[in-house]
Amino acid sequence: MEYRWGFVTDVDSDDAPKGLSEDTVRFISAKKEEPEWLLEWRLKAFRHWLTLEADDAEPTWAKVKYPKIDYQDMIYYSAPKKPGDGPQSMDEVDPELLEAFDKLGVPLHEREKLAGVAVDAVFDSVSVATTFADQLEKLGIIFCSFNEAVKNHPDLVKKYLGSVVPYTDNFFATLNSAVFSDGSFAYVPPGVKCPIELMTYFRINTEGSGQFERTLLIADKDSYVSYLEGCTAPIRRTSQLHAAVVELVALDDAEIKYSTVQNWFPGTKEGVGGVYNFVTKRGRADKNAKISWTQVETGSAITWKYPSVILRGDNSVGEFYSVALTNNHQQADTGTKMIHLGKNTKSTIVSKGISAGFGQNTYRGQVKIMPGAENATNHTQCDSLLIGDKCGAHTVPYIEVQNPTARLEHEASTSKVSDDQLFYLMQRGISEEEAHHMIITGWSRDVIKELPFEFAMEASQLLKVSLEGAVG
Amino acid sequence: MLEVTNLHARVVDVEDGEILKGLNLTIKPGEIHAIMGPNGSGKSTFANVLAGRIDYEVTDGDIKFEGESILETPADERAHKGIFLAFQYPAEIPGVRPWQFMKAALDAKHESSGEKKLSVREFSKLFDSKVAEVKINPDLMKRSLNEGFSGGEKKRNEMLQLAILEPKLAVLDETDSGLDVDAMRIVADAVNGLRSPDRSFILVTHYNRLLNHIKPDVVHVLANGQLVETGGPELAVEVEREGYKRFLEEHVPANA
Amino acid sequence: MTTIAPATTIASYARDFSKNEDGAEWLTALRNKAWAEFESLGFPTKRRGNELWKYTDLRVLDTKAFSRAEAASALSSDDLRKIAPWNDDWHTAVTVDGQFSSELSRNLSGDDIAISNLIETAERDKAAVEPALGSVADIAGNAFVALNTALFKSGVLVKVDRDAEPAQPIHILHIVTAAGADNRAFYPRILLLAGENSKTSIIESYVNVSEGSQFTVPVFEASLSDGAAVRHFRVQLENEQAIHLATTRTEQPDSAVFNSTTFATGPAIGRNDVHTNLSGEHSETNLHGLYITDGSSHQDNEISTTHQKPHGTSHQFYKGILAGKSRAVFSGKVLVQAGAMKTLALQKDLNLLLSHGAEIDTKPSLEIYADDVKCAHGATAGHVDPTMLFYLMSRGVRREDAAIMLVSGFASEIIEEFEPESLREFLYSRLERIIPELDSEGIL
Repeated sequence: MEYRWGFVTDVDSDDAPKGLSEDTVRFISAKKEEPEWLLEWRLKAFRHWLTLEADDAEPTWAKVKYPKIDYQDMIYYSAPKKPGDGPQSMDEVDPELLEAFDKLGVPLHEREKLAGVAVDAVFDSVSVATTFADQLEKLGIIFCSFNEAVKNHPDLVKKYLGSVVPYTDNFFATLNSAVFSDGSFAYVPPGVKCPIELMTYFRINTEGSGQFERTLLIADKDSYVSYLEGCTAPIRRTSQLHAAVVELVALDDAEIKYSTVQNWFPGTKEGVGGVYNFVTKRGRADKNAKISWTQVETGSAITWKYPSVILRGDNSVGEFYSVALTNNHQQADTGTKMIHLGKNTKSTIVSKGISAGFGQNTYRGQVKIMPGAENATNHTQCDSLLIGDKCGAHTVPYIEVQNPTARLEHEASTSKVSDDQLFYLMQRGISEEEAHHMIITGWSRDVIKELPFEFAMEASQLLKVSLEGAVG
Repeated sequence: MLEVTNLHARVVDVEDGEILKGLNLTIKPGEIHAIMGPNGSGKSTFANVLAGRIDYEVTDGDIKFEGESILETPADERAHKGIFLAFQYPAEIPGVRPWQFMKAALDAKHESSGEKKLSVREFSKLFDSKVAEVKINPDLMKRSLNEGFSGGEKKRNEMLQLAILEPKLAVLDETDSGLDVDAMRIVADAVNGLRSPDRSFILVTHYNRLLNHIKPDVVHVLANGQLVETGGPELAVEVEREGYKRFLEEHVPANA
Repeated sequence: MTTIAPATTIASYARDFSKNEDGAEWLTALRNKAWAEFESLGFPTKRRGNELWKYTDLRVLDTKAFSRAEAASALSSDDLRKIAPWNDDWHTAVTVDGQFSSELSRNLSGDDIAISNLIETAERDKAAVEPALGSVADIAGNAFVALNTALFKSGVLVKVDRDAEPAQPIHILHIVTAAGADNRAFYPRILLLAGENSKTSIIESYVNVSEGSQFTVPVFEASLSDGAAVRHFRVQLENEQAIHLATTRTEQPDSAVFNSTTFATGPAIGRNDVHTNLSGEHSETNLHGLYITDGSSHQDNEISTTHQKPHGTSHQFYKGILAGKSRAVFSGKVLVQAGAMKTLALQKDLNLLLSHGAEIDTKPSLEIYADDVKCAHGATAGHVDPTMLFYLMSRGVRREDAAIMLVSGFASEIIEEFEPESLREFLYSRLERIIPELDSEGIL
């Protein structure tokens, strides 16, 4: 690759020029004032990505259809149009953004601090506001944008970046490793139970831009943290790529609870536009550690994500609770991987898929018991509901067992909303649409109850709104 | 209150599915009618058709409630008008709490009639008092609707809903089946407690047992999709003693 | 992206293909088409993106060549009875080393059934065979159906008249004898034509008593007419060096029922690829099976059903017992197409792992495009249940006996389905020999 110094003068601009090259990577890194080692890491990822692209290695196994993505026809870095390095205080945050937070129930305002949530907001590719940082600091908890973490806690970042999702992991994770712009970082020191929920709110704004944020969460020994993630995007006629990477590290005896309410723009009713949500999320659970993923996925034109846990420590626990809804022309291929390495490791999977309209909804999950995982257990329950005769619900579990002492149970069911249940509710005077909503929310309860309270309310509302027009 | 004329109904999607073959019935406010019949005579079908279940299609005749035909009225609006069906096999609904369910039902009723909805506090008070009244175990109310309820508990839960919604016409579909004596008394107490000059009941039953606890004004025998005989409580006694043989023999199906 | 098999091995199959001596032109044309398909497909040895063969590695076929067996060794009917399920009353067609044996076959015709050498009948009676052969087992995209179609030697045609209900089962028995060279290939072909409202019981068995490595590529295709009911039993007793890649295909119009139960044990690489196509309303298929693997054996079950029309029912129920360093695969698939309302589909795969080297890969998948359906699946994997073991021991049963009892009990749920009784007894006696010998780290 030719290296063009002349490009450097463009550093002052807010958006990277369209297209992807080594220059783009260098532009982003320079814009972030990153140290040399990180630029090198990005470049390694980028060079690897080129080989993947040449090898036509963009994943095709998922049950989703979309036109071929032109990776040269995209903006890889886009900062909010603000002078300086973004808002210096909450007052400077774009009011529209705050309103968006309000709509999602994200308590970003001062008055809502009582709710006890620390928020890091990532607007397009840049972290715009982090609340509560001071209070957390007293406990030794670091919660900041990824960019700040690189500057202020380089050792931690260097040690753990790519340790769970290496830059070679998969096509989209590799792309992210090359061009990620910002994201959230959290570190909870040994023995500390983080007293408030940490939250990141993501929003894509600029048209034609991809969003590639990177989240790294480290729960040191015997610590606890609950982390929330919310996402929205405005209505756009063109599709936008969101290829994020989330890495969780739960050291011995630590616990991480990671909750997502994903409401990216799903495209229009006719299936125009919407976010391509191609996300790699994985956690590593050391001895006695626990990682729990909860997700409510109602948005995105296409969802491709498999939050996973590598149960490498003895007695470690992995959980995955998911509700994924596809209406209109949405497509979701989502599930989890539970890789059991340690002894007495335990995993639980509860997946609820709802298909309506022309939506296609696939659960794809892998449970792998490695030879050394004595007495590992897994229980998987995945259920699908179909609403209407134009949609599809698919279940594809991969269960791979290499140890005879393991105990695995997998159950799945697919059906429509039961006529008996509907009639029962309607006979008591509840409208058909409300009855559907009540049944679907009840059916999803095992997942929704895993969410923190505010998020649970939000999730239930989102299910309702997302299904509007699908019944009745 | 209820006027059913020449009602013919069939199961949707099933050939030869006609079950009701010209049923006539008139119920005045305050009356209790018992409809008795052997298995397969169309008792449950009639109860479900009254409540507006879409698996059944009315092919002839009419159902008038308070003077208006309700054939085109969907199930939820029939409920708002005051028709209540106590189910023989109430559906189990995972994740839906009985409290939440009843609040939504009562809100819908009030909304439809233009009445003010109860506040959460007001409703809770009402709910708790009714729970005590029908002597249903309050712990059950913390579970999902009907999930893990015994047969008797499900029937009690139906009576709880009846007491909360206070319908004009309550249809009890084999509510006595599978009940022990205590549970039977609960059901009877609930019905007797709700008797009023402007509230009517239809008790659909196979046996006379429930009728020992609730005294009906009129007893009908349903056979082959028609009401073939009507009388007073003594008819129920005859059925108990003699069975349904006579009625079946005397009334060959109309289309046979 | 076509993978062409290396010339070294493909040449061997090409040689066999050139030796075909079909009399009928239409058959030659079909074979040419099949060969062309095989040549363009090659063996499915590609690893990346090869979902259908994700867990089964066939690369050995790219390096090791097999030649079609052209002659049979002598075998007496007494010898036969010792090694294979047998009953004098059954309608039995026997192939020995890939050659149809008129001497050993018996009761080939009845009042309303006819069993014959497929090639001979094809040449004699074009009208009866041409429309059916290959109509259910499609060569398109399937290297092994294509290879079988190009190379099958004799084959068996079973024709059951409309309304027929033969009292005795039809047994198609394939024997590979101990004599004869290594690296032979066999292409058994069965074509079953089940007439309207007929009821047939058919046993398909494979007994390999040779020591060496052999390659068997059977294709069983069943064309059912409206209301036909077929009870199918498949018995696969291979040797541990064998490669056995079997294909079963059915076409089921209105109210047609195909129930199949399989028992598979033995091979280095085994594949039981079953697809039933419910193309009519109210049709039904029950696909059950038991696989027992030991040593370095590998048994792959690729079981799929397509529901095209309303009111169809399908059950997939497989059980596995895995020992030694063996590996088994269950890949079940149910596809419910748009409009196939009131479909009822159940899938279940239960596994018993007896040793640390063994691996089960199970993938029961559902693909559903109709809303008014009830579909469910389940899969389990586990060890001999210690509480059950303890219970039996507390009653005085010796530990080894208790373990054998539990493993046999696990297997018997499937074995019990085999009919008639003499077949079931044959399998039980096999089981009695197999189970205590399994490499189970001393559990058995």
